[in-house]
Amino acid sequence: MAKWGMTIDLDRCTACQACVTACQAENNLPPTGADDARRGRNYTWMEMIPFEGEGERPKAIERLLPRPCLHCDHPPCVKVCPVGATFRNEDGIVGQIFSRCIGCRYCTTACPYTARYFNWTTPSWPEPMGKHLNPDVSVRPKGVVEKCTLCHHRLQNARDHARAEERAMRPGEYSPACVESCPTGAMVFGDLSNPESEVSKLAHSRRAYKLLEDLGTEPKVIYLREGD
Amino acid sequence: MSVATKKPSPPPLTEDAILLEPILHTGPKFYITVAVLLSVIGLGVYAYTVQYREGLGVTGLGRPVYWGFYITNFVFFIGISHAGTLISAILRIVGAEWRRTITRSAEVITVMVILFGVGNILVDLGRPDRMLNVIKHAKFGSPLLWDVCSITVYLTMSTTYLYLPLIPDIAILRDHTNKRRWFYRLLALGWTGTPRQHRILDILISVMAIIVIPVAVSVHTVVSFVFAMTIQPMWHSAIFGPYFVVGAIFSGIAALICAMALIRWVYGLGEYLKDIHFNNLGLLLLVMCFAWFYFTASEFLTTFYGSEPTHMTIFWLKFTGPFAPHFWTMVVTCFFIPVTILAFKRTRTILGTVIASLSITVGMYLERFIIVVPSLSQPRLPHAEDIVYTPTWVEWSILAACFAAFTLLYVLFTKLFPIVSIWEVQEGREKSVAEVTERLKSYLPKSQPAPARPEPVGASK
Repeated sequence: MAKWGMTIDLDRCTACQACVTACQAENNLPPTGADDARRGRNYTWMEMIPFEGEGERPKAIERLLPRPCLHCDHPPCVKVCPVGATFRNEDGIVGQIFSRCIGCRYCTTACPYTARYFNWTTPSWPEPMGKHLNPDVSVRPKGVVEKCTLCHHRLQNARDHARAEERAMRPGEYSPACVESCPTGAMVFGDLSNPESEVSKLAHSRRAYKLLEDLGTEPKVIYLREGD
Repeated sequence: MSVATKKPSPPPLTEDAILLEPILHTGPKFYITVAVLLSVIGLGVYAYTVQYREGLGVTGLGRPVYWGFYITNFVFFIGISHAGTLISAILRIVGAEWRRTITRSAEVITVMVILFGVGNILVDLGRPDRMLNVIKHAKFGSPLLWDVCSITVYLTMSTTYLYLPLIPDIAILRDHTNKRRWFYRLLALGWTGTPRQHRILDILISVMAIIVIPVAVSVHTVVSFVFAMTIQPMWHSAIFGPYFVVGAIFSGIAALICAMALIRWVYGLGEYLKDIHFNNLGLLLLVMCFAWFYFTASEFLTTFYGSEPTHMTIFWLKFTGPFAPHFWTMVVTCFFIPVTILAFKRTRTILGTVIASLSITVGMYLERFIIVVPSLSQPRLPHAEDIVYTPTWVEWSILAACFAAFTLLYVLFTKLFPIVSIWEVQEGREKSVAEVTERLKSYLPKSQPAPARPEPVGASK
């Protein structure tokens, strides 16, 4: 089985946030405003994490780090779910069953990366946005938890294609929206279990590090350190 | 057919007739109380319908503060529920004779308040319509499932433990009153007070008293595990189990003292709930004050000395940050105020213990709040916006409704059943006085005619 993962090269990332927008459109995330953000009600499966950089304000270098769900190999969120609504599948993707989730929000508090989102209200889109939702991704009802799925629907589509054409899936055939949208090629996606894949090589490079590595969650989204 | 077969009517209750008063007579004060409580409950119900319709967006919650008042209520109410069963069981087991008039009022607290502990979890669910998924798709790896199991067992056992010592009293009601006879006849299970029945009842109560203690301890340990099993800063701590149990007993005794004072005042039971009961419970409360302080100090000192940055962020939020008012109020109301009052015999009066208890109740609610909320306020990864959790009117209304509904259930119980155990008081009067005298004698050396004391030989040796 493949083990899907990605590397994010912080030297190449310009923090343009194309990935954030692409994710929003791909996964039917309802648009939110500054007011929602102040109340912690925005939906950003891919989020820019602001890190205080060197120097003093106003000259300080602000660093932004794109953070999708890290799809941990030992996910703290999966352990605590009382109904098995979140799980780690055989491809290593941490998924969420929207129709089973009871909305207790135990997973959201257990995730050390705050990468999980809760539908505080029924999501809505201003016209005509509501007419242009992605038909491959279900719109979540109010009261359930949602998260980045590594665009799992794209994996399903790619698999179906390959099966219909009676061949194996080709590298690059499946790739999440954020990776596709990155203009500088900072994000590389692929099979971490294949040592020949580009993502595998990058993940084992000297610059590679994992976010909050000491927690032992074994994320499959791996960052490449800046400044080399 | 003649009426010759009619049972002889039981001897009238003379001494303890006052204990049946609340059941026999209902005045306008009762209806006013019920009306007030019902209106508060109505507000809570309305708030919940709004939340059910609109979603949890009507609360002050957000990312990352995913848990707030409801989870605080859950921990708080489950804590209060420790008062009853645990204290009553311990007092029964050690044969503390002063327990006789207070055990009932304690046990009722447990059964009534645990409903609101569970209720708040359901209110907190985003999809309450799917709550049965917890059974359908049960995943026992989740601490929440452990909660479901141990709270269910605890509710069942503490209800049984309340009911068993109630049976002889229900029989008294059946024989002495004309109200709701079918109801009391059904619940009395044919109790006639034969020696055999008494023996069986004694055994059952003793067995339940013993089993219920580990269950009670497990309940609050497991509640703490909901937090302690995650790796979040200042939650992931081994002290949480015992710390929560101690806090639960602490707030539980405080709630019991408040309830007893109210019963005493409203029903004029000064002869039954005496100064000595408040004094003894006050001493117990004083011990718990120190136990609570010991645990709190251990927890914070360990965090401070270790100085791990993620933990320290939360530590400072509580010590000097936005949660400092809550934290320091908690320290004052849970420790300094009650200790000052309870340490001295002169202030350990009924009024004194009630003031100390009210102070502790407020303090322990704050304690639960600053356990739940600060750890979520500053997640490990920096957040673009500082999210401050402010509960909305919905959450306040539901909290108020929980208190009102608990009080209402308690009041209704006192109108249906004697809140002081009649048969246990009678038993104390008739049997225990002699028993205790015997027991006390057995502690002492047998009194014999004193032999002539021999002169010590070689006194210098």
